[in-house]
Order: sequence, then C-alpha cells, then structure tokens
Amino acid sequence: MGAELRELRRRIRSTESMKKITKAQELIAASRIIKAQQLADAAKPYSQALVRALEAAASRSNLDHHLLEGVGTPRRSAVLVVTSDRGFAGAYSANVIRQAEALTALLREQGQEVRPYVVGKKGVNWFRFRAREMFGEYVDFTGNPTYAHARRIADDLLEAINTPTDEGGVDEIHVVSTHFKNMVSQEVRARRLFPIVVEDVPEPLRRAEVAGGAEAAGGTSADGPDQAPPPPKSNGRSEDETLPLYDFEPSAEEVLDALLPQYAGNLVYTTLLDAAASEWAARRRAMKAATDNAGELQENLTRQANAARQAEITQEISEIVGGADALASAGSE
Amino acid sequence: MAGELSVEVVAADRKVWSGSATIVVAKTTEGEIGIMPGHEPVLGLLVTGPVTVRTADGETVVAAVDRGFLSVSEDHVAVLAEVAQLADEIDVASVEEELAAAAEDQSTARWAQARLRVAGAR
Repeated sequence: MGAELRELRRRIRSTESMKKITKAQELIAASRIIKAQQLADAAKPYSQALVRALEAAASRSNLDHHLLEGVGTPRRSAVLVVTSDRGFAGAYSANVIRQAEALTALLREQGQEVRPYVVGKKGVNWFRFRAREMFGEYVDFTGNPTYAHARRIADDLLEAINTPTDEGGVDEIHVVSTHFKNMVSQEVRARRLFPIVVEDVPEPLRRAEVAGGAEAAGGTSADGPDQAPPPPKSNGRSEDETLPLYDFEPSAEEVLDALLPQYAGNLVYTTLLDAAASEWAARRRAMKAATDNAGELQENLTRQANAARQAEITQEISEIVGGADALASAGSE
Repeated sequence: MAGELSVEVVAADRKVWSGSATIVVAKTTEGEIGIMPGHEPVLGLLVTGPVTVRTADGETVVAAVDRGFLSVSEDHVAVLAEVAQLADEIDVASVEEELAAAAEDQSTARWAQARLRVAGAR
C-alpha cells in the first residue's frame, strides 16, 4: 500500500474516534441541560415565597436598609463573573468575560473601583494569566451547582457589602452571567444584585429584572423592550392584590434583616443554575458542530483515499502492462 | 369555617413537603407558635430546629429546618428554609459524624443537633 493511502486511512480512523467522543459529549450535555432545568424548577417555590415575604417585610419597615437603598455615589463595586470550569463549550466563557470587561470599563468610567469575584476555572485562569487580583475564586461546581456553593458566594459578597467602604467594603454588587432563554439561545446579562432598587413601597419588589434590569453594559442585552417582563405569579393571585397585614415576629426590621441574606443566597443560586443550563446548552451546540465537522472531514478524507487507491491501481496496471510489453518485445527478438 | 391549612415546607433547592394539615407547630425567635386554620397573617423567623405538621389524615410530619422562616396568610402556611429535611430523610450516622467534625463551628453543630433531635423523635 502506498504511503499516501496509509496516511489517509489513519486520518480517517482518528477522525472517526474524535467524532465518537464529541457525539458522546453532545449527548451528555443534552441530558445535563434537562437536569439543570429541573433543578431550576425545583428552586422556584422557594424563590416565589421568599419574594412575597420580602415584599411584605419591605413594605412595613422603614426601608433604610443599606441593601435596599445604597449610597449616593458608589465608590467600589463587586462584580461576580460566572464562567465555566470546563472548555468544550464554544465561546461560553469568552462571552461572559467580554461582557464583564465592558461592565468593568463602564464602572471605572464612573469612578468606581471594581473587585472581581470569579466563578469557574476558565474565568479564574483568565484573570490569573493577566495577573489581576481576584477577591473570590470559586471552582469545581459550575456544571452542577448546589445551594451550599451559592451560600458561600453570597456570604462573601454580603460580607463585602456590609463592610463600610472606607474599611475596604463595596457599595454595589453586580453579576455577569449567562441567561438560558431556550435550547438554542442564551444571552449574557449584566445585572445589579444589590442594592435592590425599590420603586415605591407597595410596588411589588420583583426579582432582579426590575432590580437592575437596565444595567446592561452596552452588550447583547440592551435595556428596553427585549427584556422580558417578569413572569406573572403562578399562584393564581392577582398582581395588584394588597398584601395581608402580617404580624412580624420579632419585628419587620429584623425579619427583613434575616430575609435579605436569604434573598441574596437565592439570587446567586438561581443565577448559578441558569448559568449551568446555559453552559450545557453551549456545550451541546459546540459538540454538535464538532460532530458535524468531523463527519464532513471524514467524507472528504474518504474521497481522497478512494482517489489515491484508484490512482495506485491504475499505476500498478500500467506497470504490469508496460512490463508485459517489454517482455514480449524482448522475446520476439 | 375552620377548614384546613395548606402547608408547604420548602428548602432553597427543592420542595420538601406539601399537603393539607390541621395544625403546624414551629419555634420562632420569640417562642413556640402553633398555627391553626383562621390564624392571622404572620411572618416569623424560625430558630434552627423542628417544625411539626399534623396532617389532615392525622399523621405527623416532622422536619428539621435551618435558617428558616414561616409565613401564614389565608390559611396558607409556607415554611421556608435554606435547608430542610424530613425526619425520615435524616441519616443519623452521617449527622453524628458531622456533629463530631463540627466541634468549634456552632451553627453547624446546632443544625446537626436539631436534626438528631428530629430523627430521634421519629
């Protein structure tokens, strides 16, 4: 067998095994998307009840909580950047990092100091490679986050925001993460988690959409009409229903004090789940593209191998014919 | 009408239990509180410990909750906690290990003890 043909056959075989690997990755990712979505659904009852309770508590206390009000001109911000631990997910992490950089530039323009808190090995390595200081690193769970992970992150962020700015604390907390819109489309979002913007006291204090929706840092998620309105509450109560006159134990302020950290934990948790679903979706898409490309490559190589084989046979035949001719002419003399 | 309470026990990452009940007993920072149908709306912080639910068909469900709160309105009781476990979900051996390992960490130890009490009362 000719060297060219042997080489082509080897490449076909290795492409074949590569294709098997990417196909397997694609299938794994597809099943993990479902799992991440189920987790997100399971977390919903808690979020809903928590938001309701928070509305009630916020409407009754005098609202001078620093997580709700914030300071006039923030001087320092924490930015939570949610990337992935593993690659093989296309531009998933790169998109988040790009958006985070845009947000950082925007905040710096406003005269703020920015402190990154980074989730995921890809992001951590990116920051480390550029020798940038990180104030929190959280790795080894992005594909499958649990509440304990979210709690740890939220505790660190709360500690930063609870420290006075003069002593090294932060005034605002932003988060850059990927939102899972559907199987084919995910978008990177930059939002402000704290302080929560409360429009008016009886106004329902809806999730981050209202809290920091317009915070988009000139990226894909421009503010305005494409921001989906918050989903209507699914428990059948009308939106404008007045809240019951709750009795607070021990007091509205203390309940609010206890609820806000839980709310922070919940926000981080739902963000991580959303990002995990997006990560798997991005990975599935990247692996599907890789599988398709491997198939195409294999087809091309097979064609080349066939042509090489045919050329070899043709050459052999012409050699035999040529040899026979030579013998015949030698014998007739 | 003294109907029934609809009760939800919800942890941060899952729904632990839901159903109808006649009474819910929990411990807030102010002391024990018992909720029966017709109770006025309450929002209370719970201390780490057990929440007892007597279901409509007479059974008792006990859950251990940590960093939780209770919200009551219109005969709907929601017990929300960052972590919550039903009595029969608790693995006593592993919790005892946790308790031994916790040593200094008070909140972990308290949570482990609460779960042991709940599991013991089963």
